[in-house]
Amino acid sequence: MKIKRDWIWGWTLIAPALALIFLFTHIPALMTLWGSLFSTPRGRKPSHFVGLANYERLIQDPTFWKVLGNNAIYALGTIPVSMALALAMALLVNRPFKGRALARMAYFTPTVLPLIAVANIWLFFYTPGFGLIDQVLGLFGAGQSNFLGNAGTALPAIMVVAIWKEAGFFMIFYLAALQAIPPQLAEAAKIEGAGAWTIFRRITLPLLMPTTLFVSINAVINAFRLVDHIFILTGGGPDNASSLLLYYIYETSFRFWDTAYGATLSVVLLALMCLLAIGQFFLFDRKVHYK
Amino acid sequence: MSGGAISLQGISKSWGETQALDGIDIEVPAGSFTALLGPSGCGKSTLLRIVSGLEEASGGQVMIAGQDVTQRPADKRNLSMVFQSYALFPHLSVAENITFGLRTRRVPKAERAERLTKVAALLGLSDYLSRKPGQLSGGQQQRVALGRAVISERPVCLMDEPLSNLDAKLRHAMRVELRALQQSLGFTMLYVTHDQVEAITMADQVVLMNAGRVEQVADPKTLYERPETTFAARFIGTPPMQILPATALGEIGARAEAATGRALQFGIRPEALFENREGPFEMVVTGGEYLGADALVSGRIGGSEALMRVPGRALPGPGAGLRLGLAPGDLHFFDARTGRRVTPPSGFAPFP
Ligand SMILES: Nc1ncnc2c1ncn2[C@@H]1O[C@H](COP(=O)(O)OP(=O)(O)OP(=O)(O)O)[C@@H](O)[C@H]1O
Ligand SMILES: [Mg+2]
Repeated sequence: MKIKRDWIWGWTLIAPALALIFLFTHIPALMTLWGSLFSTPRGRKPSHFVGLANYERLIQDPTFWKVLGNNAIYALGTIPVSMALALAMALLVNRPFKGRALARMAYFTPTVLPLIAVANIWLFFYTPGFGLIDQVLGLFGAGQSNFLGNAGTALPAIMVVAIWKEAGFFMIFYLAALQAIPPQLAEAAKIEGAGAWTIFRRITLPLLMPTTLFVSINAVINAFRLVDHIFILTGGGPDNASSLLLYYIYETSFRFWDTAYGATLSVVLLALMCLLAIGQFFLFDRKVHYK
Repeated sequence: MSGGAISLQGISKSWGETQALDGIDIEVPAGSFTALLGPSGCGKSTLLRIVSGLEEASGGQVMIAGQDVTQRPADKRNLSMVFQSYALFPHLSVAENITFGLRTRRVPKAERAERLTKVAALLGLSDYLSRKPGQLSGGQQQRVALGRAVISERPVCLMDEPLSNLDAKLRHAMRVELRALQQSLGFTMLYVTHDQVEAITMADQVVLMNAGRVEQVADPKTLYERPETTFAARFIGTPPMQILPATALGEIGARAEAATGRALQFGIRPEALFENREGPFEMVVTGGEYLGADALVSGRIGGSEALMRVPGRALPGPGAGLRLGLAPGDLHFFDARTGRRVTPPSGFAPFP
């Protein structure tokens, strides 16, 4: 009797949280999956079941492959660089020096600023002719450049902004992890004849692995999730050269109102991210030492 | 392997306002076991870290094996160190922890394995080599830390309270093991402790420190039998030597002060007192503490609190008056103003 009551209590207590999760996460996800099996209603034509037709279209859609490729380049280009930068900055501001608090704040500032504001600042940097970059390059006699308007440079230009923004954020995690490593470990290693590089490679880096795993999963998610700066900087152009998967989903669903195809793309994005996260766990698991 | 002597000359260290060390001169003979003993905060760890090179001295000179190493970084001083917290690398196995220093110094793999087998057998760690430090008991972790220090066979080994995290029984066992290890390998040991029993039982030489200065350097027997200051007298012994004012000893005190020509304090060890009908002191018993093998009788001698150690069965009741005897050599004289030991004129008999 008692046990049964406890059971009811338990469910009652978690019900509100459960309801919210189902309402706003799981049900929309399932509805997206369901919606991807139907056609988009157009005018007087209601939506009807089409099976996997949307997925067939996706496989034949060159734009999809283009943005997927862009996204891969974006992820491969930004994640390692921003993580390495984050680690370097964390190591730098973890040692005592004058003005350390100021340096930490300076590194963290890009993260605090809203991405829209950040994008605006960078828009000014990149402006052809009188932007900061062109003015500096102009001193060396270089001509006018158009990083954002050029198919070859638009994506790299966006990646630079993303790295600049993400590195400060990841630095915080690395800094916290570095401070959790007892300083005696480095001292003991030093006594045993280890130089700074050996200490970093054999002590610090392995002990940071849990953080590296955490940061890398976050970085992958962010690489597929962040699109705000594309709105400001390039709008995905020129000719989708700087469009990413999520931006393409946005355009498909809310500019062209092709909701069914948008749902299909979303399902693919979701599956991709699950796969990547799980893959990283397996990849890292053997190398991660948890306390 | 043989040890290298350590010589410290005028070492001082200050952090802003705080003066942690002030003019420390110590000679640690090669191959000796020297204990740095002192109360908490007296600067023992700071001194050890200066010897290791992990901390820079504000002044003075560190010599190891005849070479001035004051400016040398820690990884070039050719010594090993055991930390109070062990500082084992949590992500490395016991074997990797122990051989860490050999790897950084590029000792060939075959030799590493050979030395590891030897050290592991010596420390009883052979069955745990593949475990991580987190899967070991405190005593086993301590042994791993020891193994990491001894495998490299450096001439000097520094230890900072390596036994303070262990329980009493294990600590005793490790004291014996450590001492045996040091004697068989022959390295020079500088050993920090705040536990006088540890220092007395293990060391060849004890350096007693107080508030950043050296109070006394002596072998354990001399430290116990001839404390140079009231601080040393009060620090050594369980319970330590009691310091009584001259007034408490009445006639005896006045005679001694007259003979030495200065105001005195007197030191008496509780275990030096014994019951004797013709003895010079009168003690009024106020209580007692039964300790098992023996007991401590507390009471008053001439109005001052005093303790006497007696065999456990003969615990006198409160209120009893006892006449106590003391060998003349067991009455220690200290200058009342400076606290330094005073040697009475030869031929002076404290008890008429
Ligand atoms: N980094 C530091 N900055 C400022 N003061 C310090 C620092 N390290 C130690 N001190 C001070 O120096 C003095 C000696 O410290 P130390 O750690 O050497 O003491 P200790 O004898 O080892 O004590 P314990 O037995 O408690 O370990 C203390 O007063 C301490 O507060
Ligand atoms: Mg200490």
